[in-house]
Amino acid sequence: MSNDGPTSGERFLRGLIPENPVYRQLLGMCPTLAVTGGMNTAMTMAGAVAFVLICANVLTSLIRNLLKPHLRILVFTLTIATFVTIADRLLACYMYQMSKELGPYIPLIIVNCVIICRCEVCASKQSVAIAASDAVGQSLGFALALASVASVREILGSGTFFGLRVMPEAWPEWGIMVMPPGAFLTLGLLLGLANWIGAIREKKSGTAA
Amino acid sequence: MEHISELILVAVSAAIINNFVLHYFVGICPFIGVSRRVDMAFGMGCAVTFVITIAGLLSWIFTYYILRPGAPLAVLVIGEGADLSILSYIVYIFVIASSVQLVEMYVRKFFPPLYKSFGVFLPLITTNCAILFACLEIMKYVAVGKGADPWGLDTALVLAIFGGVGFTIAIVIMAGIREELDYCDVPRSLRGAGITLIVAGILSLAFMGFGGVDRSLKEVMSPAKAAAVAVDDDEEYIGAPTTMPAAKPADGDAGAEITMKTQRGAVQ
Repeated sequence: MSNDGPTSGERFLRGLIPENPVYRQLLGMCPTLAVTGGMNTAMTMAGAVAFVLICANVLTSLIRNLLKPHLRILVFTLTIATFVTIADRLLACYMYQMSKELGPYIPLIIVNCVIICRCEVCASKQSVAIAASDAVGQSLGFALALASVASVREILGSGTFFGLRVMPEAWPEWGIMVMPPGAFLTLGLLLGLANWIGAIREKKSGTAA
Repeated sequence: MEHISELILVAVSAAIINNFVLHYFVGICPFIGVSRRVDMAFGMGCAVTFVITIAGLLSWIFTYYILRPGAPLAVLVIGEGADLSILSYIVYIFVIASSVQLVEMYVRKFFPPLYKSFGVFLPLITTNCAILFACLEIMKYVAVGKGADPWGLDTALVLAIFGGVGFTIAIVIMAGIREELDYCDVPRSLRGAGITLIVAGILSLAFMGFGGVDRSLKEVMSPAKAAAVAVDDDEEYIGAPTTMPAAKPADGDAGAEITMKTQRGAVQ
């Protein structure tokens, strides 16, 4: 396929912050809100999404010449469903407690817009190497986003980080943070922060240029 | 009578107490994207309810007769001990994609004005988490293996329909609020998704006030079965209501410990 787009390395770096799936593209917000009560669950979800995204991107890229235009979304979705089933069973087998905690949100990776979007935009048109590096970049960006929300919610909400106590005993745990309202508020405020930082940098590079 | 009360409980729980958007975080993308105006939001809500009902119906049929451990048709073909539940996700996504296609064709042919108002949302609904989530909930209560009673078609349909109704309620409320927000001075970095999420947080806080209603309803309507019905039996998973940590008593206030439990036990 043509190589006039960004190279693998550029795609990898883009996925981290400039085209971050959650903060810039506003995709994949369902798991970002749902599993970020603690860092453990957030990182497990990030790992699962990374696995599915990379495998799906690679497979889609391998079969990209065989896809019929009007059936492609269905093919992507079926591929993703297969890998999610694999990931779900692996988690249930090796990390049973975590799998119970994550509950229905692992199968919901199937309809995670991040993965379908990357398959559609990148993997179905580019070679395997580019698709793979794009997938790795996007999953790392997604993991960063999850980590940012999860750390705020966990530290303020339970005083722990990855289950280890970090706040002093006297800290009144903000129970609301680990419940749904806290998720919405945290993500909303962090989005605002990300936009604000982006606006400042644009202004700086605008006046400097 | 007890069955009717179970259906009412499932309905109220799906629509209001465990609202799909504000409690389980499914369907956030359309919730943020389409909630600018009340009429569009209502159209999206109706479309989602429609599709979720059909998808719920089809997935119940597949799960009950084919996929669950010991399902009649699977046992017929494969023999005793057949368990095709590994194929669940693939089957559900097929079901959802075809439901959306079916609904789109049907609405376009028989209700053209309706298609004009919400037909554009239909392809988006395929990736709507709410529909897959409804299917997964149905699977949770139907593929229960030996010992427990799987949900019948009526309970599954009630869950699906009222899940859609709850989504519609949430999205229409959000649209009403956003129409008012258009006249407010929202900080630039929070415009769009930021302020919507913050408002959703406050809405979610408000809906938390319904916590405990299902438990009390259960006790009122069918005291004998109150312990047995598994409507919110999900102790460990993330969307499940958690117990608020007990507020630490202030110095000198040794006896007064306030324990608030949402949807689990009495609210004190």
